[in-house]
Amino acid sequence: MSHDRLSVLKLTVNNHPGVLSHVCGLFARRSYNLEGVMVRPIAGNPPNRSRMWLLVNEEERLPQLIKQTEKLIDVINVEQHELKDSVFEITQQFFV
Amino acid sequence: MTNPATDTEPCTEYRLCGSELLIKLLERQGITHIIGIPGGANLPMYDALTRSTIKHILARHEQGAGFIAQGMARATGKAQVCFASSGPGASNLVTAVADAKMDSIPLIAITGQVHQAMIGTDAFQEIDTFGLMLPITKHNWMVRSAKELLEVIPQAFEIALSGRPGPVSIDIPKDVQNQIIEIEQFPEPGVRKMNPIFDIQQVTRMLEKIRHAERPILMIGGGIIYAGASKALLQFAEQLDLPTIQTFMGLGILPSGHPLSLGMLGMHGAPYTNLVLEECDLVIGMGVRFDDRATGKVAAFCPKADIVHVDIDHSEIGKILNPVLSIRADVGEVLTSANEILEPSQRPLWRQRVAQLKEKYPLILNGQDDLFSPYGAIKTVASLLDDSVNITTDVGQHQMWVAQVYPFNRPRQWASSGGLGTMGFGLPAAIGMALAQPERKVICFTGDGSLMMNIQELATAAEHDLDIKVVILNNNHLGLVRQQQTLFYEKNLSAVKFKQEVDFALTARGMGMKGVNLAVSDNPLLDLKSALLEQGPCVINIPIAETEMVFPMVAPGGANRDMIHGQTA
Ligand SMILES: Cc1ncc(C[n+]2csc(CCOP(=O)(O)OP(=O)(O)O)c2C)c(N)n1
Repeated sequence: MSHDRLSVLKLTVNNHPGVLSHVCGLFARRSYNLEGVMVRPIAGNPPNRSRMWLLVNEEERLPQLIKQTEKLIDVINVEQHELKDSVFEITQQFFV
Repeated sequence: MTNPATDTEPCTEYRLCGSELLIKLLERQGITHIIGIPGGANLPMYDALTRSTIKHILARHEQGAGFIAQGMARATGKAQVCFASSGPGASNLVTAVADAKMDSIPLIAITGQVHQAMIGTDAFQEIDTFGLMLPITKHNWMVRSAKELLEVIPQAFEIALSGRPGPVSIDIPKDVQNQIIEIEQFPEPGVRKMNPIFDIQQVTRMLEKIRHAERPILMIGGGIIYAGASKALLQFAEQLDLPTIQTFMGLGILPSGHPLSLGMLGMHGAPYTNLVLEECDLVIGMGVRFDDRATGKVAAFCPKADIVHVDIDHSEIGKILNPVLSIRADVGEVLTSANEILEPSQRPLWRQRVAQLKEKYPLILNGQDDLFSPYGAIKTVASLLDDSVNITTDVGQHQMWVAQVYPFNRPRQWASSGGLGTMGFGLPAAIGMALAQPERKVICFTGDGSLMMNIQELATAAEHDLDIKVVILNNNHLGLVRQQQTLFYEKNLSAVKFKQEVDFALTARGMGMKGVNLAVSDNPLLDLKSALLEQGPCVINIPIAETEMVFPMVAPGGANRDMIHGQTA
């Protein structure tokens, strides 16, 4: 993959039905380029949280994309993450 | 000390079904009216509603129900509720919900859904309401148990009202409505959350920017109205002597005749309004989102100006323009703290220049003395009424003419579909305003095309004997489309003429209200006056020529400075 415009976002979200739709729906309707999604529930306190990893192909619009994502009610936190050592790099072997 | 006779809350157990719980929670939210239409999947809600103090208004179409609730919300600022059944009931609501999203209106759409066991089976009247509502709401839910209602309903109100307001939708399967639940205590009603905290230093910096500017312009929009900040704004503008431009959604914040008011900017703004923006060196945008109908071609918007942007919605800042300074906050709070610390100032030179532009490039009001021309009709109606009336419009030329010349003098006096531009908005929104504020008369300016989109709601208005006057500027055409084809498609008129004319006065009578057709009136002015001043619903048909156009006009995608002008009379 070409790495120059790729960013990784690490989201903490409420784990209930509909969250994935809310996040992916936002990306679809604002035509943000989403290259990968990985989501699993996370253990710990408080319960009922999931971690969602997003691989996005956006540079200029990234700040706007983050603000829009933060506005989603079920999104608790958004952080930017390095591509290196991210879940996407580690799992690259499964996407060939 | 607790008194066991009165303090029964903690030990009482309530046993009720999901739909009764829903209605109870809505009562506790202070809801007085629910607008809707029943059907198979929301029967339990309608059953529970008969045992409630809430008044139900039966609309004739779910889109009408959504817009009636919107009209109430726009008049009051409070969240309002509409009901629809599953399937077509829910899909009919979609337009009104999307419209609420674009104009930041706190609308709560509650729909019935098929039994959970049937979901996914293509059951009768099953539709993916969650999926339909998802992209057009601030948030939405499918409720999976009666217990969830205890959380979802207060949260729905909190979300609809907090920050930048907006619609939410709640889909409730029929088995959840019927599920029996025992509860000990009702949750606290949902209310608007605390506004985001801001740094007062930012306000100081904003005031500094204004002090250093030579030709500053204040640009204000719907956010000021939603924050209830019109008074604070007026003080701010006056103390700093700031010429002020209103967006379409902001009309009414400054009284129309105020010396600092420069009216509306953008696609159909007055020439001087758009030209002032060419010269200004600072734009302070407050509660605005720099919509394309306002800015025109963004790259050419205010070419000489720095932008300061105050808005409660974080994602609006930097979305269209890059401000040199931004404050993410409630505009009302920012204005209040600014008013406490600002030093009053005067800008005689800039004021003089603005006055010069205003005089040299005014809005040309062709036909303003002729009742059967657009400006004349609107100005005559306005002259017969006072500021107590509320105004709605539909979408098209008539909407722009009203925005240009109706003297709006208070916030929430005017409701119009700004962001989505939905034909069919005007009549049901007027019904909502009349229900919310029965002491005020409502005038709905409409076009013959738009009125047909929700004309069934005339019967709703008649049923409740509301004081609504539907004023049709009737060109028997889809006028605004005709105008665009005339200007941009070499007069190649396509599908804009109604070959079958409608007798609207007769239709009104058929729906149970008065109808007046000024085209056949011996004394049109007198008939208009008595129709307007009487109590009760009435349709007033005013024929105008289809060749009338809204000027000036900035071509879609064009720069605001490149206005197309009409003929001067
Ligand atoms: C629901 C909907 N469909 C289509 C349009 C596109 N449209 C915008 S203005 C207009 C014509 C409106 O005609 P009318 O209500 O008679 O008003 P006029 O422009 O003649 O004043 C149309 C079709 C729209 N805004 N909304």
